[in-house]
Amino acid sequence: MIGPHLPILQVALPLIAAPVCVLLRFGNLAWLLALLVSWVSFAIAIALLSQTMHGGTIDYFLGDWAPPWGIAYRIDAANAFVLLIVSGISAVVLPYARRSVADEIPAGQRSLFYTCFLLCLSGLLGVTITGDAFNLFVFLEISSLSTYILVAMGAGRDRRALTSAYTYLVMGTLGATFYVIGLGLIYMMTGTLNMADIAARLQELGGNRTVHVAYAFIVVGIGLKLAMFPLHTWLPNAYTFAPSAVTAFLASTATKVAVYVLLRFLLTIFGPTFPLEAQTLTYIFLPLALIAMFAGSTVAIFQINLKRMLAYSSIAQIGYMLLGISFGNLTGVTATVIHLFNHALMKGALFMALGCVILRLERASIESVRGLGQAMPWTMAAFVAGGLSLIGVPLTAGFISKWYLVSGALEAGWWPVAILIVASSLLAVIYIWRVVEVAYFSPAPEGRPPVTEAPLGMLLPVWVLVAANVYFGINADLTVDIAEEAALALLGGGS
Amino acid sequence: MTGDLNLVLAIVIPLVGALFIAANDARPNLREGVTLATAGVLFCVVLWVLQQYLSGDRPEATLLEVVPGLPLAFNVEPLGMLFGLVASGLWIVNSIYSIGYMRGGNEQNQTRFYICFAIAISSAMGIAFAENMFTLFVFYEVLTLSTFPLVTHKGTAEARMGGRTYLGILIGTSIGFQLVAIVWTWVLTGTLDFTAGGILAGKVEGSMVPVLLALYMFGIGKAALMPFHRWLPAAMVAPTPVSALLHAVAVVKAGVFTVMKVAIYIFGIDFLADTGAADWLVWVAAFTILAASLVALTKDNLKARLAYSTVSQLSYVTLGAALATGPAVLGGSMQIAMHAVGKITLFFCAGAIYVATHKTEISDMRGLGRAMPFTFAAFFLGAVSIIGLPPMGGSWSKWYLMLGAADAHRQVILVVLAVSSLLNIAYLLPIVARAFFLPPPPEPEAKAAGAAASPRKGGIAEAPLLCVVPLCITAVGCILLFFFADAVYALLEPLVMTGGAVQ
Repeated sequence: MIGPHLPILQVALPLIAAPVCVLLRFGNLAWLLALLVSWVSFAIAIALLSQTMHGGTIDYFLGDWAPPWGIAYRIDAANAFVLLIVSGISAVVLPYARRSVADEIPAGQRSLFYTCFLLCLSGLLGVTITGDAFNLFVFLEISSLSTYILVAMGAGRDRRALTSAYTYLVMGTLGATFYVIGLGLIYMMTGTLNMADIAARLQELGGNRTVHVAYAFIVVGIGLKLAMFPLHTWLPNAYTFAPSAVTAFLASTATKVAVYVLLRFLLTIFGPTFPLEAQTLTYIFLPLALIAMFAGSTVAIFQINLKRMLAYSSIAQIGYMLLGISFGNLTGVTATVIHLFNHALMKGALFMALGCVILRLERASIESVRGLGQAMPWTMAAFVAGGLSLIGVPLTAGFISKWYLVSGALEAGWWPVAILIVASSLLAVIYIWRVVEVAYFSPAPEGRPPVTEAPLGMLLPVWVLVAANVYFGINADLTVDIAEEAALALLGGGS
Repeated sequence: MTGDLNLVLAIVIPLVGALFIAANDARPNLREGVTLATAGVLFCVVLWVLQQYLSGDRPEATLLEVVPGLPLAFNVEPLGMLFGLVASGLWIVNSIYSIGYMRGGNEQNQTRFYICFAIAISSAMGIAFAENMFTLFVFYEVLTLSTFPLVTHKGTAEARMGGRTYLGILIGTSIGFQLVAIVWTWVLTGTLDFTAGGILAGKVEGSMVPVLLALYMFGIGKAALMPFHRWLPAAMVAPTPVSALLHAVAVVKAGVFTVMKVAIYIFGIDFLADTGAADWLVWVAAFTILAASLVALTKDNLKARLAYSTVSQLSYVTLGAALATGPAVLGGSMQIAMHAVGKITLFFCAGAIYVATHKTEISDMRGLGRAMPFTFAAFFLGAVSIIGLPPMGGSWSKWYLMLGAADAHRQVILVVLAVSSLLNIAYLLPIVARAFFLPPPPEPEAKAAGAAASPRKGGIAEAPLLCVVPLCITAVGCILLFFFADAVYALLEPLVMTGGAVQ
């Protein structure tokens, strides 16, 4: 009975639970509610994914209004997979958040924190699930506005969180505005906001200056949201000063959802036959992705604050995802989709491990982790494991991503790019190993009070993600199957 | 998991051993007992595989499929059988020696040491029995990572720098080149299985063959082909049993083993010979052989000299692959075993000297032979085997390599091999000669260093028994390998038969 309504429940459940959190007042109760809701969301996402894997696409009309008038949700393997990533990460981050939030956020704000968290979750899920381009904008704003607040809540520890939230607000709003401008032009030309209809009309229309301008606005707008180089400037500060749980959640989900939206627009809506697309991929995405990979990683090497280091690493990793798209072949898109998932796992684990360090030491810098290998063995071991996955060592999830990415490059015949991919991953060796050396080979600084291991409630979620990193590195059948189906769904939709 | 149990056991047993070692952290005797027992059981399992192999069976096992078409799978072929035997056999000797060395030197973190050692052996088994290039690569990387804590064992700034070079070069080359080569092969052929006769013939041609070969050869950093050899001398900061592991048991042997596997089963000897794709490699290998020997001459630190000697000796194997003729391949493959036994003897001796006298520089070892006769006698035997003189096992690998070079009509290589042997004599034998024939220097500070370490005049002051016995065993092994080389030959012969090269 509930079965057919799962798509709307996926979004509505956190959306409704969010205001309830405000009413609960007490941080712990709000946390409990948020936790339950996000676990149910995760279950729904699994159910939806298994339906799309077997039964193809799901079409759901809100209030039973068919598309030209009403809003339609359209779920195929691609967005079902992203739903799974988003809800899965939130299901892991929330158990972790209780201790971390209690430590970093004043008691009075905690229920508000969980409200915003749920709103953000709901927004991200909505962006992913919807088949309506304007509805997408609405959810994008819901998620963005709540994200600005979440980032700003880091102000309790460091006032710079406020300015970074403000920068993020300005940049994010610019991105959203660009998107809406582009969408307006599209609506002008096609008279519809439903993605499938837009795709069909654009096919008939072919090239047209207005559509080209719309294309440019939309790509740049989403590019801002996903921190595509050189539109990434908001990201390092936002990730650095946000509360630990927020950083872990955002780094693993927000940019992933934006990449998904980009994939959807490029591959399904405008479609591979769109006149500008081939040039965009080869002459804009490819070089920008390569620059991002090298610039992001190089800057990461010189960071003192470890959260900022991982933030720059994220910019490089987003480069990998864009690179996969730019190959313009199935393997490339598959690599991007796999990396969406794997990067969520590794960055989630890494940021959460740093959160444990922050809980004990107030800050996670290259100085503060000295000698932590002995003092916090589990936390640092998790960091090393996540780092190995980031580097792409075999038997970790990161290796699978790299494998498909290099395959995609070679299939496209771009072997210099293949070498650049592996070369840039060697930069990751440097910035990860810098931390490992300090943590394991340097003595603890003089006068530091004895440090104890992080509480189990935080370690457990971290290690769940570490285990996932290893599991999906050893047995990638599942992820590769889904990613291939998702890539087919993305590519197949437009033609 | 499907297939024969023994192959899986060979990989799992050391891992289980590692767990038990960890559990017995506080009980050193039990912990070392577990290490020895694990080594013994592992060797028995490898013998079981050998027995099955000799009876004509071809054991194989599939652990799981990582992504469609890329399984972690194992099987047995001659080269892997040989490497598996060498690595598991020497692990027993090395474990006995480690106990003597680590206790004698009062080293820290011994539990971590034994755990990492066991993991390294497990990955060496994985490499030996890998059925495809993907499996091999996976275990290759595990081997690199599991030996990193061993190299940096001392935790000093010097160890950290050494570890940095070690990891940087090994990870750098393997991800930077080897992974690209593997994916490239995968995209070209759709398979990574080790197939007799190679999988690349007809799939890639022209100037791309040498490029792909270069990606593989420089990507296998563990084979220490110049200019990617720096990690070996850098890793000298490790305790001696680790150096023995690196040089003889697992790491470099895994490297040259991979070189051979790639040459024989990925490219195919015939394909290499026909396309001439390996011509450049002959010269790079020959250069490495000579250059590293020359550098070895200049080193006064014993372990550093041995390290450069290893760099030089490894390129014999690479040379064997590059010559791409039947005897050369045989000689190169034999060299894996012969060099292992010879070099482990030399390293054991270096470690025994260090434990007994705390001396690391060759110039300080004058007259030491009278105090440590067994050690230096063993050093002499090992050195003669490395040089390649009868009646030592090492002579056979040199013999077949020379045959192979003559087969390939490369007279220059014959000269290179001869000059290299002369250089080996020049940097190895003086050490023994100085120890036996020169009088010991008057050393007032030796008495202060400790009564046990300073020999009485004419007396014998060897290292602990647990250090001396293993090095005597391996020294005798060098001699035995000379007389039983036909067994090794018989084991390796199918390589050349199925490889298709004419003998």
